[in-house]
Amino acid sequence: MAAAVGDEAGGVLRGWVRDFLAGHREGGTAEVAAGVKAGSWTVLEIVEALGSCLQSPEPLTRGRGLQLLSQVLLQCHSLLQEEEVTHLVLFYENRLKDHHLLIPSVLQGLRALSMCEVLAPGLAVSVLKAIFQEVHVQSLPQPERHTVYSIITTFMHTREEELKGLGADFTFGFIQVMDGEKDPRNLLVAFQIVRDLILRDYVLGPFVEELFEVTSCYFPIDFTPPPNDPHGIQRDDLIVGLRAVLASTPHFAEFLLPLLIEKMDSELQSAKLDSLQTLSACCTIYGQKELQEFLPSLWSSLRREVFQTASEKVEAEALTTLHSLAACLSRSLLNSDTEDLLDSFLSGILQDCRHHLCEPDMKLVWPSARLLQAAAGASFRATQRITSSVLPLLLEQYNQHAQSSQRRTILEMLLGFLEIQQKWGPQDEEESALLRSRAPLSSVVFSALTDRSVQLQLVGIRALTVLGTLPGLLAPPDVELVVDHLTRLILDADDSQSCMAAMEAAGSLAPLYPGVFSGRMVRRLAEELQSEREEEGQPSLRARCRQALAAVSTHPSIVRETVPVLLQCVQQGQKGSVPADACDVVATCQSLQRVAVQCQGDAESCWYYHQTVVPRLLAAALQATMQEKACPPLGKLLLEEDTLTAMVPVIRAASTHLSPELAAQSVSQVVSLFLDGEVSFLPQDSFSCPFRPFQAGPCAASQRRLVALLMAFVCSLPRDVAIPQQDRLLRELLALSCSCECPFSATAAAKCFAGLVNKHPAGQQLDELLQTVVNRMEAALAAGPCRSQALTLLLWVTRALVIRYHPLSSRLTDQLLGLLGDTELGPSVADGFSLLMADSPDVLHRGCHADVRIMFRQRFFTDNMPKLVQAFHAASPDVQANYLKGLSHVLNYLPRPVLVPELPTLLSLLLEALSCPDCVVQLSTLTCLQPLLLEASPVLSLHVDTLVTKFLGLTASPAMAVRIAALRCIHALASLPTPVLLPYKPRVIRALAKPLDDRKRLVRKEAVVARGEWFLLGSPGR
Amino acid sequence: MVGAPGGGSPLENANPLIYRRSGERPVTAREEDDELPDSIDDREIFDLIRSINDPEHPLTLEELNVVEQVRVKVNDAESTVVVEFTPTIPHCSMATLIGLSIKVKLIRSLPERFKVDVHITPGTHASEHAVNKQLADKERVAAALENSHLLEVVNQCLSARS
Repeated sequence: MAAAVGDEAGGVLRGWVRDFLAGHREGGTAEVAAGVKAGSWTVLEIVEALGSCLQSPEPLTRGRGLQLLSQVLLQCHSLLQEEEVTHLVLFYENRLKDHHLLIPSVLQGLRALSMCEVLAPGLAVSVLKAIFQEVHVQSLPQPERHTVYSIITTFMHTREEELKGLGADFTFGFIQVMDGEKDPRNLLVAFQIVRDLILRDYVLGPFVEELFEVTSCYFPIDFTPPPNDPHGIQRDDLIVGLRAVLASTPHFAEFLLPLLIEKMDSELQSAKLDSLQTLSACCTIYGQKELQEFLPSLWSSLRREVFQTASEKVEAEALTTLHSLAACLSRSLLNSDTEDLLDSFLSGILQDCRHHLCEPDMKLVWPSARLLQAAAGASFRATQRITSSVLPLLLEQYNQHAQSSQRRTILEMLLGFLEIQQKWGPQDEEESALLRSRAPLSSVVFSALTDRSVQLQLVGIRALTVLGTLPGLLAPPDVELVVDHLTRLILDADDSQSCMAAMEAAGSLAPLYPGVFSGRMVRRLAEELQSEREEEGQPSLRARCRQALAAVSTHPSIVRETVPVLLQCVQQGQKGSVPADACDVVATCQSLQRVAVQCQGDAESCWYYHQTVVPRLLAAALQATMQEKACPPLGKLLLEEDTLTAMVPVIRAASTHLSPELAAQSVSQVVSLFLDGEVSFLPQDSFSCPFRPFQAGPCAASQRRLVALLMAFVCSLPRDVAIPQQDRLLRELLALSCSCECPFSATAAAKCFAGLVNKHPAGQQLDELLQTVVNRMEAALAAGPCRSQALTLLLWVTRALVIRYHPLSSRLTDQLLGLLGDTELGPSVADGFSLLMADSPDVLHRGCHADVRIMFRQRFFTDNMPKLVQAFHAASPDVQANYLKGLSHVLNYLPRPVLVPELPTLLSLLLEALSCPDCVVQLSTLTCLQPLLLEASPVLSLHVDTLVTKFLGLTASPAMAVRIAALRCIHALASLPTPVLLPYKPRVIRALAKPLDDRKRLVRKEAVVARGEWFLLGSPGR
Repeated sequence: MVGAPGGGSPLENANPLIYRRSGERPVTAREEDDELPDSIDDREIFDLIRSINDPEHPLTLEELNVVEQVRVKVNDAESTVVVEFTPTIPHCSMATLIGLSIKVKLIRSLPERFKVDVHITPGTHASEHAVNKQLADKERVAAALENSHLLEVVNQCLSARS
């Protein structure tokens, strides 16, 4: 091998070495190391070349030589042979005894060697022993101490068995290494090593206490990172690191628990919090044995933190810790001969807290209740123990107090305990504390329900809900009573809050007792709806009945009873027997929609609902188009825009969750109804006039309005449901949308068309279809009576394509940008930009299975913003507002993180938009600027003068929403750096005096907040 | 006028009775209607002062029942506001400071046309008369706010809770 290295290479190496030693070349190590890697020379030859210098009497020279060798080793340690490593290790170990100037290089060398895979067995131990023996680590500078920790960490990962052979000596050696460490970077590593020592079962021997001392001396961590700290170590990193050590073994318990108790008594909030959190962490590994001795003092500290709370954070943490403690005690296995610590611990808590629940002044009731609930929530056993003692007491207290407010407090506490009980699910324990108090409990809850105080009623309703979900707590007659109470509250409660709460409660309890609810509540509500019709009673009662019917429809059997009743209400409107108004029908549709949403989870109910509701709604609307051909279609309730719009979500909710097979069955019926007038699937199939919405005919104008319902159905189906006769349907929709005079029908057709296009699979067929559309739209947009219809179609089709990233979308968007300059259509185009960006409730969103890419808004923004800005500058002043409006719509829907980096380029445009007289532009610009102001971007500081002037000007806007938004911006402005704002303070405060006297309360409210904040600017105590 | 709170001295009323906060005022349809004017009513004034922080507890005046809506009277037409506040204990040394905070909050938040009267609920404080006199004296209120230490404490009471 020596022959391979020619004399020439040897000469080169000696040259490099000489230069390095003379200090000529700092980078020389790289070349020397490269030579080793390239095989030009070996490490042995380097040592030989260093020869005399390593033996020099001058420590500086020796150090320089060692430095070169160690640097090379760090780069080439993987190439070393086992024999070489052995020699080098012995050499370096020996060097540890050398002059202190050499130690840094020696440690570097050892670190390099520690990473060698070929390190012979036994050497790791010998290296560590040498370090422990020869080096006083804590007198070294930080980087060298870090090197020692690195060597130890490496060996612990690679030579675990050998190190364990050292026994407790290793632990002791490390304790000495770490003792007195101060640098946070090193501490993080050291904590990790201690944690590994413990978790990987190294022998701690007699050194447990020493190991605890050497780490616990840092508790609680008190460290503030220096400003501009490049290492980025936070206080929390150290806290978590240390906590992982302290809470890693039960062996520390006897030392740690007294320390934690001491620190909990500290004045410092951070120390309290850290102690409590550490204790919680310990509870996951401790058992009874560790805790036993300290339980009384732990309890008294925790109790103090809750009873004399100084901060909500500490209180919450103390409660969590109490919970963990009780959970820990509940977990520990019971020996037959030991006392059950959980029981005695809980007895102590009960003894200290119970009597507070009975104090007449009720001063400490809440802290006591929270403590009891925290402990009770720990386990089933704890719940039983505490509820059995507290429940009878609270029930007694409830009856002793007569005032509603006090009763409410007691019932709220009771509710807390019931909710804990709920956590454990059904228990077969016959003699549970709850069951024993069943009768008084329900009588207390019922009395709350009949109390005059609304607040007490509300708590009563919540308690009732929990009670109902706990198995076995309500006897059958009680359930009937519950349902009657709820029905009474729904129908008679003066306060809408109680009424709403009762409906929600009915909704949660109905699936548990469907028979009782349908027999009593549903029947009663249905009767009420019937009887009220004759008397023409107050409309709010009927509204309540409908809402309640929807709320209670949470079980399949109930759905089957409520849906016909609600449908009946819709049809009443059409028959005209009652002077019903559109609001009534709209409200009924909202109730129907709620039922549909509640059915979506259950396939069977979903199908029942779809099968029942969709044909009946279609039939009812269809019937309306036929009545009295002579009278104008708009006169009919069910054909009014509001009513049809309200039916759309009902049909959508009934269709989105259908299984593909059932959907296919239904879609063929509905499509043939609209295309061929096939009415056979409707509940009533004799109509006075054929249904031909897409053809000219006597009732066509009113029939076309039903396209909205077609849209609601076909656009909500899953994407894999094939639509029969799709091409024909698309052609008809296209023709209707471009030519219909009625804007409602035309828009519905355009939306329906766009919804189908969005789901249409890509390919030639789609391209041809789109080509037809584009031609048709361009022709209609150019001139003629239907320009605005064509624009609506263009907007919807553009949205359909933008959200699925279709290549044609950019062409359509360009066309829209061009139309912004159109004097006639420009304003509508500008408004249309909100349609492109917002989620429409009816079509083209994920809920109705549309093809929507997640980033489409960002993409639209980056693609079109430059064009929009450019077009704005090129446009004539009278249409510039259109561009600003379009811009503000786009910005409004853009995620904040995307917008912020673009702000500098857009800011001038936004400031311009503030002067635009259009309220919509002002409003959207203000809402866009407000969050940016709150983030206090530095670029905004440059424009304070303009911003202050414009905002103050807008506080006098005629539109309330603009005034509110402007005041919010002025408030947000206060987050900019105070020195920038101070010159404006007197002016802003003076100017804000006026909106304080605004005629609208909501404006005054914002003015108060903004002015208050500006008063605090630069003032002490902010 | 008053000493600094805290400063290591024990709290005067370490364990006060805590009352429930009334929720945000629900916004009515009328309030959202641009056309109809809303007059300034008792609840609106109460909303201004209920969230003022107590100088020595991490609680609001409402939670301590120092201010109550029934003790707030406003007459929008005549531009007068009368607020009575109830110190938690009859010897509360913070009474003047609390009164001052309420007064400052109302002056900052109400149109200038209003005459603001803040005083202690009769019979609830040992030196009721003296405190009321201080609060009613415009010059003394102004002088108090010149004192930067006092202004700091008042501002802390008026700062939004974090």
